[in-house]
Amino acid sequence: MSQQAEPLDVEAIRADFPILQREFDGTRLVYLDNAATTQTPEPVVEAIADYYRTTNANVHRGLHQLSQEASVAYEEAHDRVAEFIGASGGRQEVVFTKNTTEAVNLVAYAWGLNELGPGDEVVLTEMEHHAALVTWQQIAKRTGADCHYVPITDEGRLDMDAAREMITDDTAMVSAVHVSNTLGTVNPVGELADIAHDHDALVFVDAAQSVPHRPVDVEQLDADFLAFSGHKMAGPTGIGVLYGKRHLLEGMEPYLYGGDMILKVTFEDATWNELPWKFEAGTPVISQGIALAEACDYLDDLGMANVERHEAALAEYAHDRLTSFDDVEVYGPPGDDRGGLVAFNLDGVHAHDLSSILNDSAVAIRAGDHCTQPLHDVLGTAASARASFYVYNTREEVDRLVAAIDDARQLFA
Amino acid sequence: MGPGSDMYRQQILDHYKNPRNYGELEDADVEHVGENPMCGDTIKLFIELADDGETIDRVSFIGDGCAISQASASMLSGELRDMSPSAVREMDRNDVVDLLGVELSPMRVKCAVLAEKVAQDAIAIHLAGKADEETRDVRKRCPARGDIL
Repeated sequence: MSQQAEPLDVEAIRADFPILQREFDGTRLVYLDNAATTQTPEPVVEAIADYYRTTNANVHRGLHQLSQEASVAYEEAHDRVAEFIGASGGRQEVVFTKNTTEAVNLVAYAWGLNELGPGDEVVLTEMEHHAALVTWQQIAKRTGADCHYVPITDEGRLDMDAAREMITDDTAMVSAVHVSNTLGTVNPVGELADIAHDHDALVFVDAAQSVPHRPVDVEQLDADFLAFSGHKMAGPTGIGVLYGKRHLLEGMEPYLYGGDMILKVTFEDATWNELPWKFEAGTPVISQGIALAEACDYLDDLGMANVERHEAALAEYAHDRLTSFDDVEVYGPPGDDRGGLVAFNLDGVHAHDLSSILNDSAVAIRAGDHCTQPLHDVLGTAASARASFYVYNTREEVDRLVAAIDDARQLFA
Repeated sequence: MGPGSDMYRQQILDHYKNPRNYGELEDADVEHVGENPMCGDTIKLFIELADDGETIDRVSFIGDGCAISQASASMLSGELRDMSPSAVREMDRNDVVDLLGVELSPMRVKCAVLAEKVAQDAIAIHLAGKADEETRDVRKRCPARGDIL
C-alpha cells in the first residue's frame, strides 16, 4: 500500500470506467451515488468475464483441472481480501457472504442467538444502517436481550461520553458503523472496541462505507467482527465479506447448513468443515470472490491513503459549496472531517423531487432515508438527498451538482 | 434543463405550493391516513358526505411528502367533490395519473397514486362501518331468540 501522498490520476482512472462516458439526452453522466454502489473498472469486469471464459467450474468438488483452478483462485481470493484489511489469519478469518447485511445476520444468528439472553445488552449507535440495526433489534427480541443506541451530538458525532456510560458489564456486543452512510461521520471504532473489551463485550464494525474508501486495518482497530460489501468498492454485486477473529469464528455454530460446509455426514449427524468454509454453505460466490480480489488489487494500486485523501477533498469542497447557501441544510460534521459523502436538504424541495430534477441534468444522487430511518427521525426529516464520491469523481462534477440544485431552486421558487 | 422536468409542469408546482382544500374538517364522516413507508410520503384525508350518504360534500387533506404526492392529493381533493362513494371505489390508478397530466417515471407512480389509495381505503372503511351499523340495527329490531329470554 502506497503511504506516499499522491494525487489520483483521475483522467486515467475514468478511462477504466466506460459507464462514466454515458450521456443522457446529450449530457454526460455525473455519478454521485457511490455510497449505494460504485462503478466497476475494466480489470474487474475482465476478471469476471475471464473466469467464465477460461476457468468456470464448481469449487471443492471436482478433481478435474478446471475445478482445481477455480478452487485455488477462489481460495486465494480470501487471502487477498484478508491482506487488504490487515487480517493476519488469512483466509480462515475471511468469510464470503452475499453482502454486508448477510454478514451481520451471520454473526447475529450464529453468535447472537446462542450467546444473548435476558439481561444482556447490545449497544448500537443512532446512526446505524438498518442492516445492523434491524438485525440486532430482532435477534434481541428473540433472545430477551436489550438494544441501546449511543446518541449523536448536535454536530452529528457519536457522543463518546454517553458511549462510555452505556457500555457496561451487561454489554455483550457493541455494533457500530465505522463511517455513517448518512452523516459521513467517521466513528472512533477503535476506541469503542477498547471500551467494549474492558467490559468483555465483543465489537462488530459495519465497515460498508469505510473499507472501500480509506485504509482499514482490522487488527489495529481490534475489531472482533467487521463487514463490508464488494459492490461498494469497485467489485461486483452479490458478494460481501465477514471478517472475524479466528477463535471467535471457530467457537460459533454454522449459520447455513448444506454442501461444502461439512466434513463428515451420516443420517444421524454431521461435523463441520474448517474455516472459512464452515460458513460458506452451498456453491459459493466464486466469480464474485475472484473479482473482489481484483478490485482489491485495483484499489491498492491507487493506494487507499490516496483514495481517502481524494474523497475527503471532494467532500470538503461539496460541503463548502452547499453550506454557502442559506436554503441548504447539510447534515453531519464539518467538511474537513468526514467520509466522502454529503447528505443535505434544499428548503421547500423534497429530496425525491430534488433527485428527479437533478436526474434531468444527468446528475445521479440518492434521495430517501438511506436505510437509516431512525437517524432521520433524530434529524427531524423523513428524507435527505445524498451525494457520495469515489475515485473517479471531480470538482467539476461537484459544480454540476450545485448548478443542478440551483435549477431545482428556480423551478420551485 | 433537460426534458425530464416535464414532471414538474407549472400545474403540479402550483398545486404543491398552493394546495387546494388543505386542512382538517372537524365534522368529517371519514378520516383516513395513509403513507408510503418507503419514502415517507403521508396523506390524511377528511371526507364529509351529504345527508343521504350518496355524494361527497366536502374533502380536505393534510400531508407531507414530495411534490408529486402532495399535488396529486390537492388535485384529487377537487375531483372527489360530488362523486359517489361507489365511483371513488371504481377509480383506477390511471385516473389520477391522467389528472396530473404528466409522464411519470415508474418509480414516481406510487407517489402519484397515494392520495387515491387513501381515498379508496377511506371509503371502504366508511362503507364497512355503515354495514356494521346496519347489522347492529337489524339485530336491535330482530333480537335473536336467546335475547328474548
